[in-house]
Amino acid sequence: MKFVPHSAREVQEMLKFIGLKTLDDLFTDIDDKLILKEPLDLPAPMSELELTKHMLTLSEKNGETLHNSCFLGAGAYNHFIPSVVNHIISRAEFYTSYTPYQPEVSQGILQALFEYQTMIAELTGMEVANSSVYDGATALAEAAIMASNITGKKEISISSAVHPEYREVVRTYCNARDLMLKEVYFRNGVTDLEDLEEIVSERSAAVLIQNPNFFGCIEDMHKIERICHEKENLLIVSIVEPTSLGILKPPGEFGADIVTGEGQSFGNPLNYGGPHLGFMGTKYKYVRYLPGRLVGMTADTKGRRGFVLTLQAREQHIRRERASSNICTNHALNALATAIYLSLLGKTGLKELANLCYQKAHYAYDTIKEIAGFKPIFTSSFYNEFVLKCPVSPEKLNKHLLKHKIIGGFNLERHYPKLKNAMIFCVTENNSKTEIDRLVEVLGKMG
Amino acid sequence: MKLIFEKSSKKRKGIHLPRLDVPERKVDIPKIFLRKRINLPEVSEVDVVRHYTALSRTNYGVDNGFYPLGSCTMKYNPKVNEDVARLAGFTFSHPYQPEEISQGCLELMFNLERYLCEVTGMDAYTLQPAAGAQGELTGLMIIKAFFKQKKEKRTKIIVPDSSHGTNPASASMCAFEVLTIKSNKQGRIDLCTLSEIMSEDVAGIMLTNPNTLGIFEKDILEIAKIVHNKGGLVYCDGANMNALLGISKPGDMGFDIIHLNLHKTFSTPHGGGGPGSGPVGIKKPLEPFLPTPRIIKRDETYCLSYDYPLSIGRVKSFYGNFGVMVKAYAYIRALGADGLKQVAEVAVLNANYLLKKLKPYFDLPYDQPYKHEFVLSGSRQAKKGVRTMDIAKRLLDYGFHAPTIYFPLIIDEAIMIEPTETESKETLDAFANAMRKIAEESEKEPKVLKNSPHNTPVSRLDMVKASREPVLRWKK
Repeated sequence: MKFVPHSAREVQEMLKFIGLKTLDDLFTDIDDKLILKEPLDLPAPMSELELTKHMLTLSEKNGETLHNSCFLGAGAYNHFIPSVVNHIISRAEFYTSYTPYQPEVSQGILQALFEYQTMIAELTGMEVANSSVYDGATALAEAAIMASNITGKKEISISSAVHPEYREVVRTYCNARDLMLKEVYFRNGVTDLEDLEEIVSERSAAVLIQNPNFFGCIEDMHKIERICHEKENLLIVSIVEPTSLGILKPPGEFGADIVTGEGQSFGNPLNYGGPHLGFMGTKYKYVRYLPGRLVGMTADTKGRRGFVLTLQAREQHIRRERASSNICTNHALNALATAIYLSLLGKTGLKELANLCYQKAHYAYDTIKEIAGFKPIFTSSFYNEFVLKCPVSPEKLNKHLLKHKIIGGFNLERHYPKLKNAMIFCVTENNSKTEIDRLVEVLGKMG
Repeated sequence: MKLIFEKSSKKRKGIHLPRLDVPERKVDIPKIFLRKRINLPEVSEVDVVRHYTALSRTNYGVDNGFYPLGSCTMKYNPKVNEDVARLAGFTFSHPYQPEEISQGCLELMFNLERYLCEVTGMDAYTLQPAAGAQGELTGLMIIKAFFKQKKEKRTKIIVPDSSHGTNPASASMCAFEVLTIKSNKQGRIDLCTLSEIMSEDVAGIMLTNPNTLGIFEKDILEIAKIVHNKGGLVYCDGANMNALLGISKPGDMGFDIIHLNLHKTFSTPHGGGGPGSGPVGIKKPLEPFLPTPRIIKRDETYCLSYDYPLSIGRVKSFYGNFGVMVKAYAYIRALGADGLKQVAEVAVLNANYLLKKLKPYFDLPYDQPYKHEFVLSGSRQAKKGVRTMDIAKRLLDYGFHAPTIYFPLIIDEAIMIEPTETESKETLDAFANAMRKIAEESEKEPKVLKNSPHNTPVSRLDMVKASREPVLRWKK
């Protein structure tokens, strides 16, 4: 396939117009030593038909969550996506446009992002939100750097109950920026408050907490907030499963200074890990430290309402090495998907969805823990994910489940060697009672 | 247009959730942790569809017309790529599902890395970075880790004054001090200046080639030598790779490390600002520092490998923007070697053709051979009081997207034009015609330009008001 419209005759005409004979003449400024003499060693080109078949074959080498029951979460959640979302984000006016540098021909995406910012601010209880970053993990890392910029301090504390990959990303960013990162222990599935009190000091900039945390447990945000603010640290909360906000108090109401999170659950497919959506909100007084694009309301010359990218003096293309972050391209289309999804859900839908996830997860928890050999290891309350100790290794268990077309939970031992045979199960509205009962039945026969 | 919140009507909703099929129990979460209010709009499915469809109609994408946004490579995004990226086997795959049922995804990523190695002449790739800027950051983290391992203290990075803003911003995020090097009269790196500032404190140089003016840094081998002789590394900002596909490889030019923008060179759409994908390629000595996990092939099976003790670690959750990779992979497979080479040839042909057409009407500060893009100056028009901003806005009236303006910073009233290879001769002629008319208008009717755009959904928007009195969210 080729997407170049020119005929050979047109190429010749154009070459003639610029006074050249051949296409090679366009590259005479490049040292001949550097010009390739052989074609690239790549597979032969394909027609559209061949390509479609090839891609279908490749995609079918995967098993996936459509034809298997899925009880796997751990940072990527198997929620149903209404058809409307894909139809709207497939409108070419949206998906083939660039960052809205020319607002007069970009009102569509700008208004949608303004609505998105409003929704995120509302849900997290923050005064402002940006128009997206890459994912939940990088959002948390950006927040750590933002906190260091605000406070001028170079030490960050992070709970070990934060998603292991998020901790890794925060660590990578902190290493680059020469910031020190300290990990706080967990106890009974939640952040160990005594250890937190010990680690947080006047020297540190911020405390990073995930809620519900990686184990699915709900943190005591009131106590954490007190410890954090007593030592004048900023409280940064990461929401990795944001449907939980349909039931749980927004972090802003607990006094969080920056709220970050992963918006995949809100209308974005699993996509083998990306593109997902990072969201970030903060208090108005910190807005000039916020990374990423911000859409603001203004008026045109006739006084009509309109939207533009604003407060750009924070950004790399203006401020260069003094910018609040290097981010340029973000995840606008994923943010659009989220705005559409949240509009569809609305006030009652999000609450109803959260209740479905909560109820089904608790039904699964109650029934699985009755099976011999499956034991809870934490007693803290949870939303839609829970940890159980299994009678055999999670790896073995998952192999067996897969034979029954079930994708089992996440093997915790990989990141927490002390939590032997422990697995995180995740349940969403996508899991019917029949599916849960079948999981219980298969597990029962194993025990 | 009304906001979705302003269309809200009590108790409406647009979603049809399954009924609760398990016995309902009392919520076992302490009351102080529970939410009281959810302020989301209450609208029906039709309301949502009409609202966002109406919004889309005020937006301009590549499918609407010519988008000569310099440095952004706004080429046509093949439709088939959208379809194949939405195959259920890809979109419904969970990143933590067992490797044995993820072979399709892993094979695709493994091969995409190999193709990118071949196209750029590098030895290995990571696909993890989510965008160009994150690729730069990853690249610089690798450079930092490389020198740390060698126990060399190098604290500075050289960046040309014509570079993308992300270059110095990424360097700052790695705690490097930025040394800006001025471009010479030809719009390129000056070898003498480079020799002067290159020292053993410098970790490396970040170069875009062709540079942001669209000019090939023809002294690139010499530049690499100067930097290498002092022990530094040479980083390629691959944003302009569209000019070089199948023509020349950065790996042969002395670059040690490169990031690509799949959403530029490899035709994946920009989505109104993203998502993108910014893979990073390196030469062998830097391989141990790549982010983990890496994708490896063991016998006939693909797997994720974490066993790289010198790795900088992770820069993103999971494995990068897989959905974007699928489209780039499909693009490479569709075009093959000849197709990719033709991309570069025609991209450069189109740029030079358009430049020749526009040259009589606008200033060209650097009269040099150009590759896939070129930068004009609106300074002739500015003398009459018409700014580049006015020219850009007037282009919207003629049905075109505006070029990149006021970048690179080294050109006054910059107008940066990148036509890409997917635009026909007629489109280029029509655009040149519009630019000629605008040049005439700037002489005869400057007011028409100052008050433009006239035919867009809104007229010129007040940027100053937006930043002086920021309204960043809706409130009742």
